[in-house]
Amino acid sequence: MADLQFWPIGADVSVRDAFGRVLVHMANVRKDWVLLDADVAGGTGAKPLVGAYPDRVVQFGIAEQNMMAAAGGMADTGLIPVVSTFAAFGCMRAHEQFRTAIAYPNRNVKLCCSHIGLDVGPDGATAQMLEDLATMRAIPGVTVISPADANEFMQAFQAILEHEGPVYMRIGRSPTPVVTEADAPFKIGKAKRLREGTDVTLVGTGVAVARALKAADMLAGEGISARVVNMASIKPIDADELVAAATETGGIVTAEDHNVFGGLGSAVAECLAERHPARMRFVAVRDRFGKSGEHTNLPAAFGIAVEDIAAAARALVKG
Amino acid sequence: MTDNSMRPDLPHNALSVKELAARATEIRRQCLKAVYAARSGHPGGSLSIADMLSVLYFDEMNIDPAKPALRTRDRFVLSKGHACPALYVALALRGYFPMEEALKLRKLEGFMEGHPDVRIPGVDAPSGSLGMGLSQGLGMAIGAKLQGLDFRTYVILGDGDMQEGNTWEAVMSAGHKKMDNLVAIYDSNKLQGDAPVATQLDMGDVAAKVGQFGWHTLKIDGHDVGAIQSALATARSEKGRPTFIFADTVKGKGVSFMENVLYWHGSVTMKDEELEKALAELEAA
Repeated sequence: MADLQFWPIGADVSVRDAFGRVLVHMANVRKDWVLLDADVAGGTGAKPLVGAYPDRVVQFGIAEQNMMAAAGGMADTGLIPVVSTFAAFGCMRAHEQFRTAIAYPNRNVKLCCSHIGLDVGPDGATAQMLEDLATMRAIPGVTVISPADANEFMQAFQAILEHEGPVYMRIGRSPTPVVTEADAPFKIGKAKRLREGTDVTLVGTGVAVARALKAADMLAGEGISARVVNMASIKPIDADELVAAATETGGIVTAEDHNVFGGLGSAVAECLAERHPARMRFVAVRDRFGKSGEHTNLPAAFGIAVEDIAAAARALVKG
Repeated sequence: MTDNSMRPDLPHNALSVKELAARATEIRRQCLKAVYAARSGHPGGSLSIADMLSVLYFDEMNIDPAKPALRTRDRFVLSKGHACPALYVALALRGYFPMEEALKLRKLEGFMEGHPDVRIPGVDAPSGSLGMGLSQGLGMAIGAKLQGLDFRTYVILGDGDMQEGNTWEAVMSAGHKKMDNLVAIYDSNKLQGDAPVATQLDMGDVAAKVGQFGWHTLKIDGHDVGAIQSALATARSEKGRPTFIFADTVKGKGVSFMENVLYWHGSVTMKDEELEKALAELEAA
């Protein structure tokens, strides 16, 4: 069997391509899962599996509520359903089906949704799900994963198949710089420190991790030493790594492609408020719907670009 | 084919129609005691499914109360989850747990949730939010086909279920996928939470509509135990289509002052004399 091929650091890769690649690979490795699709395999990146292993795909047509509740029933028979659709459907339209038919009975279903955040680009506000981390994190017992890049997504996908219980994982759409090593296994609940620093810690998730690394470079040029932490595991969150950041650096900036309510920033603040209160700044979409544009120009228009992360860090360090 | 391999204690056709009807009466009696003790719950819609539950649990399904999680067991989904008092006492009668547990309905100290919970032995699917049961049953049926397992899945739907869009997504999908290992029984008792179905959202000929989506449909008297038995047997021999059994029922069936009376939908606190009168009527039946 061919090894899973990862991408070199610095390559620009859509996480959707990683989804298709890891699905085909894992179809060979494990026979105990099937993909559930609602006529969007082209959009989510699952299409290569449909071509290579059509018998591993269950098609539901455009009926996500049925697909989600059926996934709950299917899990009861011993198969692991990997449900895939756009986040607006998976995390909102069929949210109650996920809650009641999957999470409440603790069924072993993996929900992988594309079309998250401003990263969606031209499709605009209705497709740009800026609330998925909030809706999924709010359900008891659900694991929530937001990988930084294509390599990490493929590692995380293997980890969530190993994990027993309901999981939600984000799939990015636009080309995103690869920042994680190929041979770094993914551990649910563990953050990864990508850069050491003492003045401030930048905690990013998803596409915001690469931006946080760029912001740290920018800050280094100004004499500010910024630690960078990749928080791909939103729930459970790595409390020890956050406490270390709070005790060892001067404050924490969270960065995410999500609304400011209920996402990474909220999760970090909830954790630290109890464990070790810290000075914080949130780089997130400020309670607005998205807009059509490009993944290259939308972040600056919505205040979640590299410069916004650097500005928040400066304010913390100098404030 | 009759497969009794999983049910050494109670093979198919072991009980007569009369004995199955007696089980249904016992389900009604215990169910009312549970709702009385809970001081809340939904008696009307529980009484309307008692006969179906008797046939499913004491004749039709390949199940073993000693092995409630067996992968190859037949599955049952009560999509109209508010009728779970009837399901819990049916499970207790069938031997999944003592009846005294079923009578701790809706109490913190028991494990008899106000709506079905899979932590209760014998409960195969959570429900209570209408419209999700047929999809879960469909998922079980697909899982069986994909893994070459020959168990069957049964779903009881209520009037409210048929008004939820999610149910119709499942109707379309199950017909399209030719799920002949799936049976839906529609408990058409014609009264919903606040008013008659006819005033809230009249659905016309539901069976005809379901049939249009590729289902084999049957219409029966939902309180005729023999008719329920033969409808389920017909469904077993049907190939290439799921079966939809339209069961014409009476809400509150078996208790004169509850029959067709909206008040008894729920959530009702039953008075001592009401329980006594109801139990006396069911005793005489």
